[in-house]
Amino acid sequence: MSRRRAEEILFRVLMAVSALVVIGSLTGVLAVVLVRGIPALDLAMITQVPRGGYYLGKEGGVLNAITGSLCLAFAATVAALLLSLPVVFYLQRDYAGRSPLARIARLSLDVLWGVPSIVYGAFGFIIMLYLGLRASLLGGIVALTLVELPIMARAMDEVIRLVPLELKEASYAMGSTRLETTLKVVWRQTLPGIVTAILLAFGRGIGDAASVLFTAGYTDYLPSSLTEPVASLPLAVFFQLGTPFPEVQQRAYASGAILLALVLLVSVVSRLLARKFEQYVIR
Amino acid sequence: MSHISIRNLNVSYDDHPALKDITVDIPDGQITTIIGPSGCGKTTLLKSCNRLIELTDGVRISGQVLIDGINILDPAVDVTQLRKRMGLLSQKPYPLPMSIYDNVAYGPRIHGTTDRRQLDRVVEQCLKAASLWEEVKGRLRAPASRLSVGQQQRLCLARALAVEPEVLLGDEPTSALDPQSAQQVEKRLIELKGNYTIVVVTHILRQAKRLADHVIFLYLGELVEHGPAAKVFGNPREERTKAYLAGEVS
Repeated sequence: MSRRRAEEILFRVLMAVSALVVIGSLTGVLAVVLVRGIPALDLAMITQVPRGGYYLGKEGGVLNAITGSLCLAFAATVAALLLSLPVVFYLQRDYAGRSPLARIARLSLDVLWGVPSIVYGAFGFIIMLYLGLRASLLGGIVALTLVELPIMARAMDEVIRLVPLELKEASYAMGSTRLETTLKVVWRQTLPGIVTAILLAFGRGIGDAASVLFTAGYTDYLPSSLTEPVASLPLAVFFQLGTPFPEVQQRAYASGAILLALVLLVSVVSRLLARKFEQYVIR
Repeated sequence: MSHISIRNLNVSYDDHPALKDITVDIPDGQITTIIGPSGCGKTTLLKSCNRLIELTDGVRISGQVLIDGINILDPAVDVTQLRKRMGLLSQKPYPLPMSIYDNVAYGPRIHGTTDRRQLDRVVEQCLKAASLWEEVKGRLRAPASRLSVGQQQRLCLARALAVEPEVLLGDEPTSALDPQSAQQVEKRLIELKGNYTIVVVTHILRQAKRLADHVIFLYLGELVEHGPAAKVFGNPREERTKAYLAGEVS
């Protein structure tokens, strides 16, 4: 066998192995969570809030954490989206382009991406102390927005940078303004990528425990107001795993399974939506 | 119909000159082709006419491009109104990421047409003028991305016509097309002259000969020769033009 052919085969195998590692990681996580969690997964788990003695193994469920997590993650994703879109539109060469402000903004996003979420949690907590607020849904949303913002904005930025200059030129040549070009052409062209960016951020947000630990707190009740503490699934996993009771630990895995199912559901729905727009994209 | 005259136009990219002191008049209602070897400034000259050139990084422009006596390079000129008057066909067709109908309606809409029936009429009329109507009339709501490249270029022509421009600019508009589609686009351009002043950049000499009423020959950013097609092709004055037409420079 020639050296070039051997090379070809070797690298193909290496690539396939890497892909298998990715799939294997997900399968492994799923397997552990499901095997340990399914025995505890019943209807009560997703329809009830914890009753008295729940954390000792008595009845109840994690509806408080499910609704709390959904409120936190949806609100933070919307807030991050409202901040990300103007930022990434501004980072286009048509606007700020290569100005110092744009460069610093991009660098800031890169650094923010790397900041551990516990730091956002602590940051949010300090500000809340300063303002005299206590752990609440609002506090959690603010901290999670900070976690999601750099992920969403940077992912969108990469997609928007790939829009061909000629496509924008086609729009400008019709006499459209930068805003019209951005909102009607760039937006339509990048919509599938923008959906992916939103998903990435949402997935990260709903699964994040550290940022909501101090800011959103935890409660056995359903979310009722922005100023009251809320529960969240990652913390439900964390607290239940920390108990010495095997039944409660099982429920931790069940809570994890619910979290995974939520992320999967949101992904599938968004992908279906994105596919509808994908057919318009110019290649 | 608007009259384009270019006076002492200099364009440079990052201090590298692309056009040197170009002065030329473009005849109204005819097809002017800009020819010359790659990198001689053909596209730069074309894009100076609708100021798309400004989107390029590090570009510096001096001189005047007068349209009906008004210097359009003046920053006070409303560039959206200017571009509305100058339709553009690019090298590779770039339909917009929307339906066939919305592509043609894009221009009229941004310039304020909201009446549905009027839009319908404009879309049909422009698609007919670009001889695309028969092929797409049953699927106006389909994404433009599904059309073949040849159809896409005719869609781009229809889109350009929809804002009722006075000038059509073509930047090698057939270079990405198969010979048949290229022929269709050429035919449309010949039909449209008279109503429009048409400027086409091409690197295909045969195409230039088929289309041109008037020829501008650029070489390394300089205007070497320009004049009626018959004269430039039949009896060129300059040595460099002769050499280019004979295929000795490319």
